[in-house]
Amino acid sequence: MARLTNDNVELAREIIGRYPRPKSALIPLLHLAQEQDGHLTDEAMAHIGELVGVSSAEVLGTASFYEMFKMETVGRYMVNICTNISCQLRGGEELLAHAEKTLGIRPGQTTSDGLFTLEDVECIAACTEAPCLQVNYRYEHRISNEGFDQLVNDLRAGRRSDIPSHGVLAEVRQHIPEDRRAGVVTPEDKAVPVWIAAAGEGDK
Amino acid sequence: MADSDVTPIDGVAVEINGVEVIAHKGELLIDAAERTGTYIPRFCYHERMKPVGMCRMCLVEVDTGRGPALQPSCMIECTPGMKADTESAVTKKAQDGILEFLLANHPLDCPVCDKGGECPLQDQTMAYGPGESRFVEEKRHKEKPIPISDLVLLDRERCILCDRCTRFAKDVAGDPLIHFIHRGNNTEVNTFPDEPFASYFSGNTVQICPVGALTASTYRFKARPWDLETTESTCQTCSVGCRISIDSSRDQVQRFAGVDIDPVNWGWLCDKGRFSSEVVTSDARLSVPLVRDGSGLVAAKWSDALNRFASALDNASSAQSIGVIGGSRLTNEDAYAWSKLFKGVLATDNVDAQLGDGLPAHVVLGLPSATIDEVCARGGTVLLLGPDVKEELPVLFLRLRHAVVEDGVTLVEVSPRSSGITSLAAASVHPRPGETADVVSALVGSAVIDREIAGVSAAELESARAALSAATGPITVVLGRASLAESATVTVAAASSILAARPDTTFLSALRRSNVRGALDMGLAPGLLPGRVTLEDGAEWYSEVWPAVPSATGLDTEGILRAAADGRIDVLVLLGADPLSDFPDADLAERGLTGARTVLAVDTALNSSSKRADIVLAAAGFAEKAGTTTNIEGRVSTLSQRVTPPGTSRADWMLAAEVSNRLGTDLGFENFADVLAEISAVAPAYLALDQAIAEGSPDGILLPLDVVVIIDEDDDDIVVVDETVTVSEDGAEVDVTADVVAEESDGDDPEGLIEIIADDSDVAGSMPPFVQFEPIDEIASPPVDSYGFRLVASRKLYDQGTLVQSAPSLSPLAPGSTVSLNPWEFDRLGVAAGGRAIVRTARASVNVTVQADAGVPRGVAAMIVNQADGRVSDLVSVDELVAEVRIETAP
Ligand code: SF4
Ligand code: SF4
Ligand code: FES
Ligand code: FES
Repeated sequence: MARLTNDNVELAREIIGRYPRPKSALIPLLHLAQEQDGHLTDEAMAHIGELVGVSSAEVLGTASFYEMFKMETVGRYMVNICTNISCQLRGGEELLAHAEKTLGIRPGQTTSDGLFTLEDVECIAACTEAPCLQVNYRYEHRISNEGFDQLVNDLRAGRRSDIPSHGVLAEVRQHIPEDRRAGVVTPEDKAVPVWIAAAGEGDK
Repeated sequence: MADSDVTPIDGVAVEINGVEVIAHKGELLIDAAERTGTYIPRFCYHERMKPVGMCRMCLVEVDTGRGPALQPSCMIECTPGMKADTESAVTKKAQDGILEFLLANHPLDCPVCDKGGECPLQDQTMAYGPGESRFVEEKRHKEKPIPISDLVLLDRERCILCDRCTRFAKDVAGDPLIHFIHRGNNTEVNTFPDEPFASYFSGNTVQICPVGALTASTYRFKARPWDLETTESTCQTCSVGCRISIDSSRDQVQRFAGVDIDPVNWGWLCDKGRFSSEVVTSDARLSVPLVRDGSGLVAAKWSDALNRFASALDNASSAQSIGVIGGSRLTNEDAYAWSKLFKGVLATDNVDAQLGDGLPAHVVLGLPSATIDEVCARGGTVLLLGPDVKEELPVLFLRLRHAVVEDGVTLVEVSPRSSGITSLAAASVHPRPGETADVVSALVGSAVIDREIAGVSAAELESARAALSAATGPITVVLGRASLAESATVTVAAASSILAARPDTTFLSALRRSNVRGALDMGLAPGLLPGRVTLEDGAEWYSEVWPAVPSATGLDTEGILRAAADGRIDVLVLLGADPLSDFPDADLAERGLTGARTVLAVDTALNSSSKRADIVLAAAGFAEKAGTTTNIEGRVSTLSQRVTPPGTSRADWMLAAEVSNRLGTDLGFENFADVLAEISAVAPAYLALDQAIAEGSPDGILLPLDVVVIIDEDDDDIVVVDETVTVSEDGAEVDVTADVVAEESDGDDPEGLIEIIADDSDVAGSMPPFVQFEPIDEIASPPVDSYGFRLVASRKLYDQGTLVQSAPSLSPLAPGSTVSLNPWEFDRLGVAAGGRAIVRTARASVNVTVQADAGVPRGVAAMIVNQADGRVSDLVSVDELVAEVRIETAP
């Protein structure tokens, strides 16, 4: 896959329409591209640049700032195991070691069948459920070695339909009909907010 | 920005290191401090770009009434009562800290770094830094320099992330092809994969990078800064006239850099100008004169070459049988010397510095003129009726871009196809070639446009007309030739209608060749004499100072080539000109060159035309001779000698003097200053120039100077006085105004009084008037051929010209020949992007690659002149107002 598909271009145009300036749609469009291809291809980034009117280098600059945008191929399932303090105390490191053995890869690598990519991550804000992990950013709580193997088997066997492939943020896409939109006003055209106007600083 | 003699009206009193200084309203603390003598160290701040507060090197203790605190002085404007301490212990500690941080990951490979010796990081560490580092850990390592374009390399280890290069690319050049990539410790400057930093302005980033992270491929490891000798000069690659510095070592030019002058280039250069430093040292340079013998052109003795050159001229059957083409690569002094030889000694007026690709001299010199600053003035309205400025006059493009983006200038573009500046225009219309004048006359009119003209819809025209009529003051016009396939007459007609509708309009002529303006000013055009006067008006004036004056207006380049083709030219002289490559009609150029009995050339290197000459004199080139040059605005600035010319080549003015001697006339020049002195004494628009130059003006001098010439008819005494000055004569005060006749003073110039001509016999009669624009009436549009395409022949920055081709780093950048068509045409023609097509006129055809370009209107075929294959000039005939072509699929 390379550039955005025709369907996705249509979707992209709708998304762009939600913002006062096209380039504000950059991040949502990067997600769209990642959903399409599982990662960001150079062609898709260049295409997004054309759609929102910025250079490819600017798209890359923004995309590469964020960890969750992947510039290289990743597995269908991105497994992020937390080894930050709470999880570490509750066996996160051991879980990671076990996962490495089960999958036969090191953090940052992808299994040869292209199914799993393993990542060692910092706190993912589920400390009360330590040790925990995410698969494509969906949580698995208080997970044991056996639980991990079960999870891997289920994913392999296609028994986890609740976890879509990498890049899919939500399975229900937001659609706001034209007539229900709040409307987009460019910042310049907006009235000075009352709290600023009241202080007499609005006319700078 | 250092502008110390401006008395601020809205001054802001601030205290810097205990001394009260007056800042301008809105002035940044870092600027106010520098202007009043306190330099605050910096990396990211650059006075020609908006501040970002990226590096924190400029932190100083600032107290605005709430107690002192460290603040970045590049980010805060001066406010009344502000106190800044740039030397306090706290400031010092901050500076120490920032430098220690910056050096923590810096590779410190200064011994092999091009920047070493002129590096702000080195210098500021020396002046403000701690001298020692507490950092003992492993430094960050990255692959040593990676090319980010054909001309620029990036060493990411050395980068201090100041954001100068990236801001320049986005904000100044408008080519955001480099950007910060990744985050935190991994942040680096880079391009998108496979999309190089192919900006025409990329070299500026090398100059402004405060460390050695960005280096130019042309200069890497060539010299150490402390070995360089530097002279200021003026770029001669195009006629914008950017101020530059020339660095040499071991008598070899090493590099050019931009020098900041307010009225022109603001410190920027284009890559073609910057990297044309390679041209000076090119292997193609001629070092000895050549003469033709049985086996071709061979090296000759100067005495032989000059004798033969002179006798060829001497043997010409009449003045009318001598034709002279070229002169725009010369200095003003060179041009004047040739002008004096050909017009003043040999009395021929068949002299033309332009090669049919410019505008008639009366248009360039006679229209009311505007400077670059006037065109770019805040809130103004500009009509661009000329070439793609980004391709032909790159730094003028930067100025216009700034004017539109930052200073609210409204730009209306009328061009045969979209250009590098179209995206910035408030309106851009693309009339069918040949019919531009019809569109322009409607646009400057007051009537609402409700019909299609020249293929442009009424709505588009009306929006452009509305943008022009919304102008609150006079508009300015950038005027040039957008397409060599469209006759200059069309441009002249358009200018005439603008001036008729809006008489207060001023014009900036967008001619491309380096000193074409100076050449015209020195009389290298038919019907013209030096100093912006016509032959008719100036003949009497010049008959007093020159041995002879042409008896009638001569031929332009087209006329000379036609006459030569008909066998009426005995001697054709090429002054650095290459008509075979540059004249729009290659067939006529070929016939002309073949038809001329003797071809003499004077050049720095052989080109396709001078290769066929009988005698070639080797001329000194840029950086090898001193002189003056005149840019598109009519601004004169100095050219300096930095290195010795190759071999025995010498300046053109010397060659002119030598030839003249052999013809029995002493031109009276022993050095270039003699020539300048004579120009300043006799060329009306250039009067008193040498005085102004002696006083030194880094910004150059706009001519004519604000002086009045007063001539005493009885005594033939001429003095020039500043219009407002009071002159004291023999101790008595005399008010001098334009209508008072002043006696010649005895050499001891009272203030402002400048003697012009000491010798009474030199001049009689009054000074001739300056050239006037000669408007023409409307011209008839050619009929539309619905099967054909109208040809647009425009230029790209890099071409097959001698200059680009003698610079090894630039020559591969010439894009090659293509025909660009609107993709809408593809089906009916049966061609496809990337495929080949035949472009055909009645006389010739070329086979080129097809390019899809939505910026080309339907019915138009756009080609680039002077590229490697498929010469456009084969298709163009100067007999036609516009070239019509057919397009067929290539078999
Ligand atoms: S490459 Fe040079 S100019 Fe660009 S950010 Fe780095 S240090 Fe600054
Ligand atoms: S714009 Fe013209 S004068 Fe300026 S650097 Fe480029 S070539 Fe030289
Ligand atoms: S430490 Fe693992 S989720 Fe917070
Ligand atoms: S110069 Fe002020 S922060 Fe860099």
